[in-house]
Amino acid sequence: MKRREFIIKGVSAGVVTGTSLGLGGITGLASALPPQNAYDLVAVRDGEPDVMFDRAIASLGGMTKYVKKGQKVVVKPNIGWDVIPERAGNTNPKLVGRIVKHCLEAGASEVYVFDNTCDAWNLCYKNSGIEKAVKDAGGKLVPGNTENYYQSVQIPKGKRLKEARVHELILNSDVFINVPVLKHHSSASISLAMKNLMGVVWDRRYWHRNDLHQCIADFVTWRKPTLNVIDGYRVMLRNGPRGVSEADVVMMKQLIVSADIVAADAAATLVFGSKPQDIPHIRIANEMKLGTMDLSRLNINRIKI
Amino acid sequence: MRSVAWPRKARIALSLVFLLFTGVIFLDPARWIPVVWLQAITWPQFTPSLLKFLITGGWAAAGFLLFVVITLVFGRIYCSTVCPLGTLQDIISRIRRRILRQKPLRYARPQNILRYLILIIVVISIIAGSALLVNFLDPYSNYGRILANLFRPAVLAGNNALAGMLEKQDIFWLPRTPWKGYQPASLGFAAAFLILVTWMSAVRGRLYCNTVCPVGALLGLFSRVSLLRISLDKQLCNSCGQCSKVCKAQCIDVKNREVDYSRCVACFNCITACPSSGVVYRFSGFSIPQVETVPADGEKQNRRTLLKAFMVGTAFLSTRAFATRLTGGEKPTTIPEERSLVSSPPGSEGHDHFNKNCTACHLCVSACPTHVLQPSFLEYGLQGLMQPYMDYHSGFCNFECTVCSDICPTGAILPLAKDLKKRVQLGVAVFIKENCVVYTDETDCGACSEHCPTKAVDMVPYKDGLTIPEVDDKICIGCGACEYACPTRPFRAIFVEGNQLHIMADEPQQEEIILEDTGEDFPF
Repeated sequence: MKRREFIIKGVSAGVVTGTSLGLGGITGLASALPPQNAYDLVAVRDGEPDVMFDRAIASLGGMTKYVKKGQKVVVKPNIGWDVIPERAGNTNPKLVGRIVKHCLEAGASEVYVFDNTCDAWNLCYKNSGIEKAVKDAGGKLVPGNTENYYQSVQIPKGKRLKEARVHELILNSDVFINVPVLKHHSSASISLAMKNLMGVVWDRRYWHRNDLHQCIADFVTWRKPTLNVIDGYRVMLRNGPRGVSEADVVMMKQLIVSADIVAADAAATLVFGSKPQDIPHIRIANEMKLGTMDLSRLNINRIKI
Repeated sequence: MRSVAWPRKARIALSLVFLLFTGVIFLDPARWIPVVWLQAITWPQFTPSLLKFLITGGWAAAGFLLFVVITLVFGRIYCSTVCPLGTLQDIISRIRRRILRQKPLRYARPQNILRYLILIIVVISIIAGSALLVNFLDPYSNYGRILANLFRPAVLAGNNALAGMLEKQDIFWLPRTPWKGYQPASLGFAAAFLILVTWMSAVRGRLYCNTVCPVGALLGLFSRVSLLRISLDKQLCNSCGQCSKVCKAQCIDVKNREVDYSRCVACFNCITACPSSGVVYRFSGFSIPQVETVPADGEKQNRRTLLKAFMVGTAFLSTRAFATRLTGGEKPTTIPEERSLVSSPPGSEGHDHFNKNCTACHLCVSACPTHVLQPSFLEYGLQGLMQPYMDYHSGFCNFECTVCSDICPTGAILPLAKDLKKRVQLGVAVFIKENCVVYTDETDCGACSEHCPTKAVDMVPYKDGLTIPEVDDKICIGCGACEYACPTRPFRAIFVEGNQLHIMADEPQQEEIILEDTGEDFPF
């Protein structure tokens, strides 16, 4: 009982802290300013998941900036759990479907979607609503449930993670779009873009056993996604990453898009109500210069629908 | 006169349909067959249906009753069409006769003492609350085990090879299914049983059905007095013996023009084979035939001893070894998980109900989407040999899934509504702090809590900003997700201690989250 109260208080206090923290570098509404250069990060709020993505990608110059004609694209949402979209354990299916559609419209030859799930994979694919959304949008849903799909890669810059078995789609695709859902996480504090990459490898056990946060950051040294799209439409504020019931979830209607995986995670952490420097893997990734968690240095477009 | 071929042809066609359907449910690589089909396909199988009827009653379990009635009217149609093991033996004995061109069969005397003794012992053992003997002898369950343990791996290997080829063409509709059901005891038993039945049917046709099989013996008691029976017409029969040569039950005594109805499986081979229409299938009134006297049985004693030796032998054949691979610079854990009880599947109510009613057909093992259900060796004791248990090193119970309880044909796993299933406690997680990564390495982990569907395993503050698992056994359901996910080896830091009797866990309490409006659109 006491612990749950603490979490609730923690969350609301966190939102306040986060806000005061963010106020420093920002004056006025950035979205009202003309885009001087390309944006480093786009944050959208108060729209439906698909509409928010339309606005975000348009402000970044459209999907054609990331996907060239004839390229193969892999979209990696979080489909880890056998739960319905209302539970927000997985990425919103509408968002995933819309991303697939944008990629195809940009001329992608194929758009693949997969995850190495935690619950039974086919039930996750089905009940998350992602299977239908991807097929309706014209994408290909690929299994990730057996070791055969994974190939060994070396991670020379990793401190603890030197080797990983990575899904062949990541190795064979030209464009890699990472689409995590923003949620609480019992192991990693928050599950975001970097944490979502644990779903492209086979042997997660090693990560847990050998300094989880360092391994999460180490993997980013091997490959950074082309684009990170963080789904904050429904947000699981406690009991993550699986959640116990819909009572864990609040409607936030937020979306963060950035090519900088650390910046995207930092922004989403603030939305969640925590500080990026309190999340070890974000702090480590920032120190390893895999991106920046200092949002004041970035050109951010803020869109309120 | 022309011989009549259609009854035999109809019987063959029907038997192949049953053989195929009953087989496919064990081989289905990706659970394409809907649950209702699985229920319908296993409905007529005698032993599972009888056991389920004893537990639940009702039409959903009345398949065996239908075949008692059918046997009373038409004879042992069940044995020659519905029983997949019977058809399997027919195929073997046909190969022997047609392809290997062995000597035809001939009349043999019944082994009545042995067959009824086995039946009586099986019945007594069921009443006494042991499923072990039925488990060993039931034809459906043995057929299931043969398919699930010996054929399924081959089907999955083929499926996965085909999936690999399709993937090269960029086609992904065929998923791969790993085979995790390697259990030496049940694999060995299935193989030994297949060899035994192959040998018995190659040499003596339906010898298994008429000496060992308890279902055959029981239905034989009914077919003895069935309304329609095969008989040799005293006028038309010229004692040429053709019928006897094709009789796989070896029950036609041409010399005395008599048929042992208790052993006749109504295959109608004899009708087709008779050149003079002397074999007839007709109404034989309500008379009860004379019970045959039985010869002394030194030979049978030997066979029984052999059979017993074979059972005990296979039971002790196997041991379980866990291959552990330590990667990186990790330290091995030191404290063994001391599990005194394994968990039985949700819906089985606990060990007693489950062990009493499961015939170890392994249908649930084949259908379980997470492969958590695995054949046991001595996990339940000798009593539960080969019965499935929750093997949390192989998988964990998917929170939303009720497949095993939906399809169990014997009622060992009873149907469970999804909401109830989510609260049935199969066991309780036990945390071994000294094995935990957070304790030994002082780094974050939380894999156990991550997978926990009720957050019975929660992360609580430990030190230096770290959190460590804590178990609330009131809301733990024993699904084993924590044990499966725990990364430490060789011993895990969390494991599920099984409940002898399942109980209802409390529902996790959830308070409402109220978000304060900060008045800011973006916190950055």
